[in-house]
Amino acid sequence: MTPTQPAPAATGRCVVVGASMGGLRAAEAVRKAGFTGEIVVVGEEPHMPYNRPPLSKEALGGGLDPAALRFRIPRAAGDVTWRLGERVAATDLAARTVTLENGDVLAWTGLVVACGLRPRRLAVPGPPGGRHVIRTIEDVQRLRDALSPGARLAVVGAGFIGCEVAATARELGVEVDVIAPTAVPVERPLRRMLGAALQRRHEARGVRFHLGVAPVEFRGGDHVTSLLLGDGTELPADVVVEAVGCVPNVEWLDGNGLDLTDGVLCDDRLRVEGRADVVACGDIARFPNPLFGGVPRRVEHWSMVTETARRAGHTLGRALTGAEPDPAPFAPIPSFWSDQYGMRIQSFGVPDLGAEDVRVLDGDLDDEVAVGYHRDGRLMGVVLIGLRSHYMRYRALIAENAEHDRGGAPVPQDRVAERTVGGSRA
Amino acid sequence: MRIVVDLALCQDHGQCVFSAPQVFSLDENGKLSFRDGATDTYISADLDESLRDDVEEAADACPLQAIEVEG
Repeated sequence: MTPTQPAPAATGRCVVVGASMGGLRAAEAVRKAGFTGEIVVVGEEPHMPYNRPPLSKEALGGGLDPAALRFRIPRAAGDVTWRLGERVAATDLAARTVTLENGDVLAWTGLVVACGLRPRRLAVPGPPGGRHVIRTIEDVQRLRDALSPGARLAVVGAGFIGCEVAATARELGVEVDVIAPTAVPVERPLRRMLGAALQRRHEARGVRFHLGVAPVEFRGGDHVTSLLLGDGTELPADVVVEAVGCVPNVEWLDGNGLDLTDGVLCDDRLRVEGRADVVACGDIARFPNPLFGGVPRRVEHWSMVTETARRAGHTLGRALTGAEPDPAPFAPIPSFWSDQYGMRIQSFGVPDLGAEDVRVLDGDLDDEVAVGYHRDGRLMGVVLIGLRSHYMRYRALIAENAEHDRGGAPVPQDRVAERTVGGSRA
Repeated sequence: MRIVVDLALCQDHGQCVFSAPQVFSLDENGKLSFRDGATDTYISADLDESLRDDVEEAADACPLQAIEVEG
């Protein structure tokens, strides 16, 4: 694929590595910031950018055609060159080139790192057949085909993806075992009190948990027929989902002296280690958030992809047109959700930062509930199950507390805990 | 400029309200307020151009991608 017009040398070329939501939003933002050169987006998957959250829910459940997941392409990204089904093998930041796996070399004046994560795989011996992950449309189609009623599914990992797959599979009439080394599901970031409440909801719907233990062997011929756990239990299973987290796709950035220990280290404008010509966004970007202490952190939340991509694209677009970056601090409020059995779990802030002091703020742990995560008496994160009419209030409280963290006025405690139930703590 | 919201797709996440509170709101049950007198689609009146950035941000932030900005 070649661009319809050669890029004017004066304006250069912006290469975006990663053709998912972050790549799309970043390309759009680079253009909106005034960059008039060529924009090339390179993506490994053969698809135009699509929305991943429904994969483990509606799409796996069969209620949604994967074609419906595609994003509309906004006008600002209308002239982007898409190189899909192609992998970037390497980049040379000094020479400003990327090399594709097919040998093509693309010179760039600006680079966006938007290539995200891939599922971590289990290093457990045994047959490969029947073992699945969930990240792409193809992954979901394969898993859906395997989940016929009466199938026995073992989900390894009890994070949000594992729990969503378990919930969807139960609704499909599949037998489900969940295996995880933690004491409760979603131990991070929900901690024990809410994790245990979530476990009870799954168990009430027939999910069996095997916690504090890990699989040590998959058994079977070409195809898994059972799992051997570390405690000697042998669990029959014909389908396995490995939902044990993800690994940043950083290998192609090797050899440039970057800190790639956990994603790509960025400054507070999403510039990669302060470089004006390289930015990162989405799950792979490790950036400081002044609202929450300023320690650079990767955030694997759907909403953060768009927030970082807009800002990263804006920063780069400005740099490429000779303008200064936006001086406003990048200080987004993290937010994530998970849908399980028609329940909406919604989080605002960073619960993990308040893990030592967890309190029920509202409602009942076995019904609709709001749980607050505090540090030094300040609300760092809140997680709600149900209680949808409370979203605005709790999000505003998180924002106010975060402002307080930066020296603003304190939030009166009676506004944080309008109704603290029995002083319960995790 | 106007917005078109697919109410069949919308799951009341409320992200749009954070981005464009002048345009979107949730009712006391946490449902998108446009659902009152609901049809499957909500089409807004003509919106002021000054709201464009906010409604485009809302459209991007919608987990179900149920908001379209037209014009």
